[in-house]
Amino acid sequence: MSQDKSLVQIALYAALIAAMGLIPPIPFVTGIPITVQTLGVMLAGVMLGPWRGALSMALFIFVVALGAPLLSGGRGGLGVFMGPTAGFAIGFPFAAFAAGYMAILLRRLPIFPATLLAAIFGGIVVLYLFGITGFKIISGREWLDAASVMAVFIPGDLVKAVIAASVAQAVAKGLPDAILTRKG
Amino acid sequence: MISLYMAHPSWLHRLPAGYKLLGLMLLSILLYPVANLVLMALMFLLTLILYASVGKPAIRQLILLKPLAPLFLLIFLMQSWSVGWLSASLLVLRMLVLILLANLITLTTRMDDMMAAIAPMFAPLKLFNIDPKRIAFAVTLLIRFVPVLMAVIQHLMEAWRARGGKRQVWKLAIPLTIQSIRLSDHVAEALAARGGISTISNPRVSNHESR
Repeated sequence: MSQDKSLVQIALYAALIAAMGLIPPIPFVTGIPITVQTLGVMLAGVMLGPWRGALSMALFIFVVALGAPLLSGGRGGLGVFMGPTAGFAIGFPFAAFAAGYMAILLRRLPIFPATLLAAIFGGIVVLYLFGITGFKIISGREWLDAASVMAVFIPGDLVKAVIAASVAQAVAKGLPDAILTRKG
Repeated sequence: MISLYMAHPSWLHRLPAGYKLLGLMLLSILLYPVANLVLMALMFLLTLILYASVGKPAIRQLILLKPLAPLFLLIFLMQSWSVGWLSASLLVLRMLVLILLANLITLTTRMDDMMAAIAPMFAPLKLFNIDPKRIAFAVTLLIRFVPVLMAVIQHLMEAWRARGGKRQVWKLAIPLTIQSIRLSDHVAEALAARGGISTISNPRVSNHESR
């Protein structure tokens, strides 16, 4: 694939995540609003593969830092990286990388379970590792406390992992070439 | 309009972006060990004065704290429960000061200038044969794509409501992703037809919208 095409794909998934962030948060059963944005992080990894997925999220975070209000809820600018949820934003590229890497490892499995596991690994395990670490550093709390504050978001993220897998499965039917982690 | 930049000139607008960023970095390190509540409260007051000195539009931007309020309250309560109200107040004030100052930089610095201040960081990429121009192009594409995809979301939502809006709304993520992929293929083809990114001269980070 040409370098230019990869670059367009990287920019496009970054824009997709930005557009998803502008959808108002949906109040989930637990009363905690869930945003669609981490769904995009999972998709970027699973669809683009580890490197391009990570680059696309890095581009997104970079533009947010430059001042574009693209994080869910219209947040943006440098303030995001000083706030209690800074770890999540910084973790986006790593989460996408992890999801993409896992999707490649599991590509012999049928697409739904493979992308579900990849999305959970990247979008929940790795992303929360960053999110909790960031929250701990900024709020000065203990590991366990920091983790328990963040745990309320996990049910919503599990739902998103299932959605990411459904999307990947549907796309695999219509546009099989678009899922770069399942080629070759 | 896709930028937090405030087109309302002030003294802070004239300060070079690099200085502002450096100042914020230094302050974030200096504030960390401060354990005096009066000093921290003073810093917070100073931050608000700084906002006031930039003008009314800046003060209006303080509402950005509203979505963060529940999280701050939670942090304050947990911290005062486990360590004490003093350290809880210090913590929340420090976070407020840094978030507000960082946001103030965003409000008073054009995306182009921010990009230019950060650009030297990308110079090492030349060693890996990556042209910093490609990064600028990617940023431009991202900013251009967002409103397009927003329109796609809007259309999908309207169609979904027209069908009765009963079935699960999350399923819209499927056509959204497929349309995004098609869009990216078309843009890539158009780019190839025009000779590729290397032939585009000096792409701008953002157009007139952000100034």
